[in-house]
Amino acid sequence: MKVTNMLKIAPRRTDSKNFGGTKDKIMSLSVFSVSMAGIILMVFILGFLMTNGLPVLGESSLSEIFFSSDWYPTEEPPALGMLPLIAGTLAATLFSSVLALPVSVALAVFTAEVAPKGLRSFMKVLMELLGFVPSIVLGFLGMMVLAPWMQDKFEMASGLNLLNASLLLGFLIIPVVASLAEEALSSVPRDLRDASYALGATRWETIRKVVIPYARPGITAGALLGVMRALGETMVVLMVAGGAAIIPLALTDPVRPLTSTIAAEMGETPVGSAHYHALFFAGLILLVITLGINILSLYFEKRGGRA
Amino acid sequence: MNRTQVRKVSDKAMTVLFYLSALSLLLFICGVAAFLIRRGWNILSFDFITEPPKDGMTSGGISTPLIGTLELIAVSMAAAIPIGVATGLYFAEYAGDNGMTKVLRLSIRSLAGVPSVIFGLFGLSMFVIFMKFGSCLLSAGLTLACLSLPLIVTVSEQAFLAVPKDYREASYALGATKAQTIFKVVFPSAASTIITGVILAIGRVAGETAPIMFTGAAYFAPNVAKSVFDQVMALPYHIYVLATSSTDIEAAQPIQYGAILVLIGFVLGTSAVGIVARAKLSSVDRR
Repeated sequence: MKVTNMLKIAPRRTDSKNFGGTKDKIMSLSVFSVSMAGIILMVFILGFLMTNGLPVLGESSLSEIFFSSDWYPTEEPPALGMLPLIAGTLAATLFSSVLALPVSVALAVFTAEVAPKGLRSFMKVLMELLGFVPSIVLGFLGMMVLAPWMQDKFEMASGLNLLNASLLLGFLIIPVVASLAEEALSSVPRDLRDASYALGATRWETIRKVVIPYARPGITAGALLGVMRALGETMVVLMVAGGAAIIPLALTDPVRPLTSTIAAEMGETPVGSAHYHALFFAGLILLVITLGINILSLYFEKRGGRA
Repeated sequence: MNRTQVRKVSDKAMTVLFYLSALSLLLFICGVAAFLIRRGWNILSFDFITEPPKDGMTSGGISTPLIGTLELIAVSMAAAIPIGVATGLYFAEYAGDNGMTKVLRLSIRSLAGVPSVIFGLFGLSMFVIFMKFGSCLLSAGLTLACLSLPLIVTVSEQAFLAVPKDYREASYALGATKAQTIFKVVFPSAASTIITGVILAIGRVAGETAPIMFTGAAYFAPNVAKSVFDQVMALPYHIYVLATSSTDIEAAQPIQYGAILVLIGFVLGTSAVGIVARAKLSSVDRR
């Protein structure tokens, strides 16, 4: 009797469409709709930046914004040439990456390949923890310690310059890149290393000729995420980059990257003015570049996963 | 030297070089930490964290910015945790391999890369101006919630995925529905991992300055924010204000270093708890 009952129920229950009934449907529907917040948020960020940033094209032309080096947004009529700001962002990102990427990869190799087990987990925790250090702390140190020191020691006109910003940005992205590169290196299959050792290769030869080439897409993806972080960092450059809207010709020149321009000027700008729209447009430029880098790094990650 | 010896020596040399690079980083970090502690240690006291800033922020403590930061954390987490955990649950339990899931994944990934100052611009145009909240605790908290969303989504998805399949199958075998299984089996087993993720998100949110600069952080406020529509002082922004526009640099300096120490202590303390707890939990899972 009981067995037949169960058999009767069983087919109905395994039918996944009706399984659980209305409550399950409500549950899955509500989880789905709440999850859509992620998409909505991204669309809103793009939308709000565009609706507030694109009106600047009514005041100024695209060629003026990208190719004029006059940034005098509060004058009448305002000069909205963003070339020095873009140059500042690119210069600070470039120099910090040049400084930080080799160090990050070296630390990642040390952590993943060279360090003994205990030291290895210590390094991993340290890297992750360093990634949490608030950027305001680095900005503060750059402003109060590094800048006066550079001024004294090297007789610079001001310690608040491209070099100072690049050093600190570099330090900021080291833990980001090192953690990601370390993950890429650790995911290299054990067999490949064993095969290399079996052929008589030393550890350094194995690292250089087997492990790093195999992990290259993952390391590249991590490096790109680090570059993206440097590009979007605000507080450090706001405090130590010097803030002059000029195209830098030397490492000791002060710069005013896009991020610090937005942070420094947004507070004093009347809502709806040309300057206000220009700052949103600067944000839009930044957002488009970071999205591009993000998608590029995703491509490398996918390639690494398949390899 | 023959070729084999050269290879062996260069291998040793590289090992030494790698140790040196790690060692120099460690020494550098210790140096910076020692410097900060030496400069700020003397001012740290119970009064420092319980007194509000006084005399144009040249004396007194940091109670209002500290409490403001805690309020910002509360508001942002109240908004980000439900949405983030639900999204993680969707990825782990419901999402099919379809276009919608891909778009959602790409959105979350993109959000994780949006520069913090862009979140500030978004918060200003959306919460402060469009929704007419004004520059206040609510606007700043919601802006920080947007910033921490991708982190919470990623951790909670991993937490849900780490729950063994057997648990779910055992629950289904007992006749439980999917909703019952999620609430009574999956959720309780994933909860502790999600909490470690939330702790990490708190560490991230507490140190952010750029997103709150024009959405609700006050240059100075005499009192703690009593409603979500008040402006708040926040510890990172307070440090920025002290560093860049103090009226008396000499007098403000010990306060700056003290505030930095408190901020670092709070941020790294919470993050360290999160990181260590997560490592403990994942080693328990593996057993």
